[in-house]
Amino acid sequence: MKEIYLDNNATTKVDEAVFEEMRPYLCELYGNPSSMHFFGGQVQKKVDEARKRVAALLGADPSEIIFTACGTESDNTAIRSALETFPDKRHVITTRVEHPAVLTLCRGLTKKGYRVTELGVDGAGRIDLDELRNAIDDDTAIVSVMWANNETGVVFPIEEIGAIVKERGALFHTDAVQAVGKIPLNMAASTVDMLSLSGHKLHAPKGIGILYLRKGTPFRPFLVGGHQERSRRAGTENTAAIIALGKACRMAGEWLEDENSRVLGMRDRLEKELLAIIPHSRINGGGAERLPNTLSIAFEFVEGEAILLLLSEKGICASSGSACTSGSLEPSHVLRAMGVPFTCAHGSIRFSLSRFTTDEEIDAVIRELPPVIQRLRQISPFGRELLKG
Amino acid sequence: MWDYTDKVKEHFLNPRNVGDIPDADAVGEVGSLACGDALKLFIKLDDAKERIINATFQTFGCGSAIASSSALTEMIKGKTLDEALAVTNQEIADYLGGLPEEKMHCSVMGQEALELAIVTYRGGPAPVHGHDHSHGEQEGEVVCKCFGLTDGFLRKVIEQNRLHTAEQVTHFTKAGGACGGCIPRIKDIIAQVLGEQPAVPPKKQEKLTNLRKMQLIQEVLENEVRPQLWADGGDLELVDIAGSIVQIAFRKACAGCHSSGHTAKFVEQKLRDMVSSDIVVEEVEG
Repeated sequence: MKEIYLDNNATTKVDEAVFEEMRPYLCELYGNPSSMHFFGGQVQKKVDEARKRVAALLGADPSEIIFTACGTESDNTAIRSALETFPDKRHVITTRVEHPAVLTLCRGLTKKGYRVTELGVDGAGRIDLDELRNAIDDDTAIVSVMWANNETGVVFPIEEIGAIVKERGALFHTDAVQAVGKIPLNMAASTVDMLSLSGHKLHAPKGIGILYLRKGTPFRPFLVGGHQERSRRAGTENTAAIIALGKACRMAGEWLEDENSRVLGMRDRLEKELLAIIPHSRINGGGAERLPNTLSIAFEFVEGEAILLLLSEKGICASSGSACTSGSLEPSHVLRAMGVPFTCAHGSIRFSLSRFTTDEEIDAVIRELPPVIQRLRQISPFGRELLKG
Repeated sequence: MWDYTDKVKEHFLNPRNVGDIPDADAVGEVGSLACGDALKLFIKLDDAKERIINATFQTFGCGSAIASSSALTEMIKGKTLDEALAVTNQEIADYLGGLPEEKMHCSVMGQEALELAIVTYRGGPAPVHGHDHSHGEQEGEVVCKCFGLTDGFLRKVIEQNRLHTAEQVTHFTKAGGACGGCIPRIKDIIAQVLGEQPAVPPKKQEKLTNLRKMQLIQEVLENEVRPQLWADGGDLELVDIAGSIVQIAFRKACAGCHSSGHTAKFVEQKLRDMVSSDIVVEEVEG
């Protein structure tokens, strides 16, 4: 069965061209860039090129790019660094809909005596800038707000947030893991001090990320040891993955237009058709600005895992905000923070597209999903009432 | 992705006995939309009102909830009410070739609906149940407020399935799986239940030499007790053995835990069962 992969916010296919770029640096050109010989030196040159390519996508200077192992490491590094550089400041602001990489870290900080403010969101997943204005004070070390939400695709007004943060002299970090390659970024004209990016969300392999660190931002490394990354991230570079990420970032820049036209068009068509065909369905985050590739759609009175399993039988790969898929027992913290009613939260499905998505694949979902929902509603006691009524 | 057995997948993809029975003799409805799963079970009896001749279900829930419901209806058809009442959640899981532990609550939901249907049919008081949002007043202390689970229900599931850790209780009942606020209370209940359980028939009491006794005590603590404490992030250290008095000190999560008294009792019971009935456990600062 050929997979129809619509789970690109979870991870993406490594682009063949990206793989070709990294391939020689595994078996043949395996030198350590720190070495003094030519064999390491040629790898160093390629790592430098990758750094420039990443910087170009972000509108940043290459010296502002620190390679890390993943988005989670970048998030942890950014927030911990801010707290270490401002030991007297004991307040952190984030949102209730952050990725666990940020949220779990922040909640852990409360046990260490920090004050942590989690900004709420409205029904469409938007934060209230006044809540931020009221929460931020001179004690605030760092504000960390994701650029775009991984579950709903809702995009936050990063520069407006940044302006408020800068006014109070706090550091501003954004987890842009889902935004990079889908939204044009320009760090040169941004209020962001630190930004996290993950390679495997934009067709590079897993195990590589970056932390963007604005020039002049005080910093304490998370990993210490060697002098790599100008002593800001010790540890021998994952050279092949870095080179892959460089290529992936260059390609992401080239595909940005496609992402915001063709991919957006397919997402919108999928959304419109499903809403029209399936009664009692609704969009999570529908009223907000969203990423072009993400659709979070809720089907009342059915449960998400059951939907995913039946879709999986048809080769369709999506994900869910339901409790039962994750092993946790509550629906996603993002949907709960938005106040999505329980009738919908358990039956929410996320489709996330990529440049590899085709119209035929979207057609297949539009064809296969409605009978799945119908079938589960016939099994569900609530769904049966709905069908009768 | 969950590691479901072929039988779970098969029952999920082709569920048996979906629907209702308009003239059902007994109906059991548990769970709610808020909980994320719900089951409505319909039972039709023979003319003598003794034997189940038909059973159907409607389920809102995940793949294993639907498979468990389907399995349950197949299992109880042809059984007398008494035989059906004896069906345990473990038997439902076994029928499906097993469920991932995190999904055992699906089998518990099936057992609950069955018990509720039969007991109500017989005119008895509705059993003190778990996810009973739809059943009004509950008796007993509500331990898990997120899922509305009472101490009586938790006790029963802990006893029947011989659960040792709060994590297991969450997997079997969902209790503690949302805000987690009741986990200390769940640990108390586990310690109480384990303390109350009838001792495993004591090993033939041989007259132990002091050395042999000390060896046995250490073995039991190493192999039986500490692994259970580790599962909850706790630990203990054996401080001293003087005759039948065993002195222990709690470590990690157990140290300063307000239910450590129960834990000490649990350790004592284990040692009495497995080593010697005269053992006394003392908790010391160490």
